[in-house]
Amino acid sequence: MTEERRTEPGEVRQIYDPVAETPTSYLREPEGAHPPLDYPPYKSTSLRHPKQPLVYLPQTITEITGPQLGTPQVGETDNDLTIQHGGEPIGERIIVSGRVFDTEGKPLRGTLVEIWQANSAGRYKHRWDRWPAPLDPNFSGAGRCITDNEGRYQFTTIKPGPYPWGNHYNAWRPAHIHFSLLGRAFAQRLVTQMYFPGDPFFPYDPIFNSVRDAPARERMISSFSIHRTVPKWAQAFEWDIYLRGPGATPFEEAH
Amino acid sequence: MIFDTTPSQTVGPYFAIGLPFELGPFAVPEGTPGAIHISGTIYDGAGVPIPDFLLETWQADPEGKFADMHGYGGASELGGFRGFARYGVEDGDGTFDIVTVKPGPVAAPPILAGAVQAPHIDISVFARGMLHRCVTRIYFADEAEANAADPALARVPVERRATLLAEPHNGGYRFDIRFQGPHETVFFAV
Repeated sequence: MTEERRTEPGEVRQIYDPVAETPTSYLREPEGAHPPLDYPPYKSTSLRHPKQPLVYLPQTITEITGPQLGTPQVGETDNDLTIQHGGEPIGERIIVSGRVFDTEGKPLRGTLVEIWQANSAGRYKHRWDRWPAPLDPNFSGAGRCITDNEGRYQFTTIKPGPYPWGNHYNAWRPAHIHFSLLGRAFAQRLVTQMYFPGDPFFPYDPIFNSVRDAPARERMISSFSIHRTVPKWAQAFEWDIYLRGPGATPFEEAH
Repeated sequence: MIFDTTPSQTVGPYFAIGLPFELGPFAVPEGTPGAIHISGTIYDGAGVPIPDFLLETWQADPEGKFADMHGYGGASELGGFRGFARYGVEDGDGTFDIVTVKPGPVAAPPILAGAVQAPHIDISVFARGMLHRCVTRIYFADEAEANAADPALARVPVERRATLLAEPHNGGYRFDIRFQGPHETVFFAV
């Protein structure tokens, strides 16, 4: 392990052995691993998806490398969304933690995890969110951290509420936390959402159900963890994230 | 493969709470010799500029080296070079603008017979209404010879290649992205 520092705007944190721990190609994911870009039940997809088929891109050095950033500058307390203001935010205090792995089960150390979410009433601190639920002056709803040597991330936050949206009559989003992961390579980049177990809105949400495979949908749902609760302080949910792992053969080709 | 990947979901309308940051659009520090602007407009299927999107770029430096520790070809020695830019906007006019340096040619992997890749920048676009990122590449219109020998461009139907070419503009380049229509940009499966 080495430490390396660069000047702005890129701060590079090197906390793993680059040559030993980085694949030379990433697996091509099977059809259905991710939602389709054209998904009519989620109406906004209609004008925001390509009509032409995607062109197969051979993975080159550009795709197997990627930004290894502590950027935006990650501070020690950036993973605690409950201490960003003068007072405590309203709601159920929760600890959300888990590990980031590749599909071979290898932990991804030193990778940036960014989250954003609504407050406990289901309202985002965003000028476009105007539904009549209260804003919380003590909650902004954004956090970030870098995974540790076991690939673990941890956030302290408030359990977000569900909220209505305009997709169809009486549409509600199940409670969720947005997650962004840089991974180690351009090929591993992932933006997704973490859900909470047993949410009654699951059957009605086109975004959740855009993932057509039921076991794949389960992979977006966290589990309650009594082990990680803090007595007289916080509930806990655990959620592991799997990014693409090494391809079967270096630079494998489509058949 | 032992485990399946976590599925993608949309960034939604409120990513600006968490993702854009002040120096995000700068792949190089301001004032870096040779720094240029690459800008353009992103259009939806009705030809209307998309007001809310997150665009990320990843590229080599002018020597064809990355700001990355993987060691393939050696890391960039250009001072402060990040090679990564993030431009996020929540209610804009559809345009993006990043500050970077023009990348150099990049070595290609052995399966591509060691061909040299033309200068290029990988792009991810995220937005409400996109359940997964859309990936494209910027190539440069003034690199005709290198483009003609590029192993990735070779897979793109000839009549669609122009959608991947950034045109010189105000000392930098202009690159528009169109999601549908007769000039739909080529998007890639990585």
